[in-house]
Parts: sequence; structure tokens; C-alpha cells
Amino acid sequence: MESLTNRKKVVSDKPMTLWEKAYLPAIISGMMTTMRHMFRKRKTIKYPEETREFAPVYRGQHVLKRDEQGRENCTACGLCAVACPAEAITMTSAERERGQEQLYREEKYAATYEINMLRCIFCGLCEEACPKEAIFLTDRLVPTFFERDNFIYGKDKLVETLDERIDITNRQHTGKRSQI
Amino acid sequence: MDTALLIEKSILVLLLFLVSLGAAAYMTYFERKLAAWIQDRVGPDRAGPFGILQPIADGVKMFLKEDFIPAKADKWLFIIGPGIAMFTALITSAVVPWGPKLHLFGRDIALQVADINIGILYVFGVLSVGVYGIMIGGWASNNKYSLYGAIRASSQMISYELAMGVSAITIVLLSGSLSLNDIVTQQSGVWNVFYQPVAFFIFFVCSLAELNRAPFDLPECESELVGGYHTEYSSMKLGLYLFAEYTSMFVSSAIMAILFFGGYHFPGMSHFSGNTLAILGIAALAIKIFIFIFVIMWIRWTIPRFRFDQLMHLGWKTLLPLSLINLLITGLVIAFKNGWF
Repeated sequence: MESLTNRKKVVSDKPMTLWEKAYLPAIISGMMTTMRHMFRKRKTIKYPEETREFAPVYRGQHVLKRDEQGRENCTACGLCAVACPAEAITMTSAERERGQEQLYREEKYAATYEINMLRCIFCGLCEEACPKEAIFLTDRLVPTFFERDNFIYGKDKLVETLDERIDITNRQHTGKRSQI
Repeated sequence: MDTALLIEKSILVLLLFLVSLGAAAYMTYFERKLAAWIQDRVGPDRAGPFGILQPIADGVKMFLKEDFIPAKADKWLFIIGPGIAMFTALITSAVVPWGPKLHLFGRDIALQVADINIGILYVFGVLSVGVYGIMIGGWASNNKYSLYGAIRASSQMISYELAMGVSAITIVLLSGSLSLNDIVTQQSGVWNVFYQPVAFFIFFVCSLAELNRAPFDLPECESELVGGYHTEYSSMKLGLYLFAEYTSMFVSSAIMAILFFGGYHFPGMSHFSGNTLAILGIAALAIKIFIFIFVIMWIRWTIPRFRFDQLMHLGWKTLLPLSLINLLITGLVIAFKNGWF
């Protein structure tokens, strides 16, 4: 059969020659190899001080976006929860009252919105399902906690604050996102 | 006995003790660093700058661990085991001449704790006792892995001590003395390794086996025997075993440097005299020891472990005949030179 790769090697089990039986040449060549490695550049990334560069499409902790005027995009339609294969998302909806127009973009909004980060598999299907460009995955990592309760992220942790907007322009290219 | 001599020797003993332990501690650090470099890693770098305080952190960790003695273990032997290992590792250095005579406070101070005229025999005797630490510890643990490790250690030591002893005898033939001091003094011109490269090679390989270092680290091979003879040990008892290994590595490197590489001699030695010479001599010996330690570690992180039958094959069928032939040729050459034929 035609070889599919160029890595094929013909092996043989012919008895070793005296030169090979002496082992010393092989040992010395092995030691030269390790000696070369001693002066190689280290591949280690010293984690807390340096971090590995994230891919632009990295799927980390979620963010609930606001629009240009600082209104929450989420309308609590529940499509993300339906799309979620891990069933990590729960929400309750509420109707926007008069005078809350600067808070919520649509007439309906998410009164509570919780993602269980222990259940979440960071597949990004919620983001794909969202028709309102409300939920996105970002390059932030979910930290570790000692208690399971701490992994259930509510709106306090998910919604971006007005003075600290999360930039997602370089991340997922879903083609339906606003500029901020 | 002369009081000054007593004080002088006590200080020397104390210094040797501290230096051996300090060297062993920093060898653990160096070993980890070297392993890391060979594997393209950085190694310990958290404790202090470049991780220089790592041995201290390790020591503190060892002391703080639970000191556990298994219920079915032979309690006293279990305690004595690591003690013997450490004791024998430390007392070997007593006969090592560390440098030329120092001249301090109007006295000539020999940098050797005991210049006994059977230095080599003493070294070999103590090395042989060293296996008892491993044997007793492994047996007292009452654990099959420990016992296997102990059995392997003892059979390995017996097999390799023969070839090692024979190659040391060639050196004795060459110098005509069993005293390490005499052997070193005679190497002021040409080092023994240039007369006896084969003997040195055999001695080096056997030292690796005696030290239970890779590729001969079968007594403690993790993949087969969990931890080998120290499987059941914890806390500072384990620490003592590991420390003893590094201390004997230090001392063995010193012995190799003395028997084959001229001890404290270095090229261009005749230009110096007095205390400068003594200090340079100590430095020369230290550098030689360091190079040996480096090579031993380098070998460990390069060569995979022998199988047990390969180990025995190498010891009995290769190294022992080789050393005997070498001894025979050396003897014949010396006899010819002396005109005995």
C-alpha cells in the first residue's frame, strides 16, 4: 500500500553488532542530546506572573451585555436556557415598569438570571442562540471557590457595569453584534 | 593527647559534618534544577531568588510531616535503619584528605580527620555497612515492596562491590599504599586516571550502582516497587534516607576524585605555597567533586533504568572480568618494570 505519511520506518531485528552491544556510544549520544536540551529556551509560562495569550475566540466566563445607552439587552426570552446542553442557565422574567426605560431595552427583562458555572461546559451555544446580542462568552476565567454556592453566578456578576464595559469585538464573530 | 589537636580535629569534624549536610541539601536543589533544564523546564523557582531556599523549605516540610510507624513494623529496627544509612554516609568522609596542610596559629593543620594507613579498606568497609541501613529499613517495614527493594539493594551492592574493589586494588598496586593521603600525594605529577582509564570507568559505574543512582536505581524504582525500601517511611526518617543518598554521592565523588583525579592537585600547583596553596587545593577538589556530581545527575536524567537481570549480567559477566583483566595487566606491567622476570 502507498504510504500515507513520510514517517514510515522499516524496522529490523537483526542481532546487535559489537559496537552496539558496547552501549557506550549510544549512552554518550543520549547524554549529548540531554546536554543540548540543557541550553534550550524554557517553554514554561510562570503562571501567576505571566499568562498564556488567549485565542480571540476563547470561551470563558459569560457577560450580559448592555447596549450603547447602557440598557440591558436581555429580554428573558429563555432561548439560551433552551439551547444550553448542560442546563446551566435559569432565569425569571419581569415586565418593565414605566420609568425603567433607561435600564432595560425591551419591555420584558430578566429579573434574575443565573448560570451555574459548575454545570456550564462553555460550549457557547447560549451566545449562538441569543437573538438580542445579550450574552457573550469572554476571555475571563471563572475562579475557584471552596463552596458550591459561589459558582452560581447571578446578575450581579454577569451583567457588565456601566463604567467597566467588557470588550467583545475581537471575540466571537457571530455577525449580529453591536459595536460595544 | 594534645589539647590543641583535639580542638583542631573537633572543629574539622564539625565543619565536615556541616559541609556534607549543606552539600547534600543543595544537591537536591541542583538535581531538581538540572532535571528541569534537561526537560526544558524551569525547576523550583518560588522559594527565594531562583528557588535558592528550596532545600530549607523541603527540610521544614519534612520535619512537619507525620512521623508514622506501621503497626506491624519492627519498631526499633525501623528507627535504626535511616540512622545507619545517614551515619555511614557521614563517616566515610573522615579519611578523605580535603587539601594540603593549612598553616594557622603556628600549627600545621592536616585537612584530614584521620590519616589512617588503611584508608581504602576503611572506605570499602563503611560502604559495605551502608547497605545495612537499607536492608534493615526495608526488612523492618514489614512490607513486600520494601523487602524487595532491600533485597535488590543488597544483591546489587554485593555484585558491584567486587568489581569496584578490584579496580581499587589496581590503584593500590600502582601507588603501593592503602592510605588515601599517600595515593593523593603520589598523583602530584600525573593523575591515576591517565594510567588506569579502564579501572576508573569500572569504578565509576560501580559507584553509581553502590549509590543506587540511575541507571542502577532498582532498589527504589517507583514504577515497580512504589518507593522501594523506603515505601513505609515518612517525615524526617524518609528525609534521612534521601539525605544519606545525596551525602554518599558527595563522598563517593570525593573518593573518585582522590583515587583517580589527583585529589586536591591541579595543574600549575608549583607556583603557589602555604595557605594560598591549601585554599586553592580545597577549591580544586571541590570543583572535581562538583563535576562528578554533575555527571552522575546528568546520567540519571538521560539513561533509563536497567532490568534486574541486565544489572546482574553487567556486574558479574562484564565489569568483574574486565576489572580482573585490568588488574592482571597492571600487575604484569609493574612486575616487568621492577625486573621480576
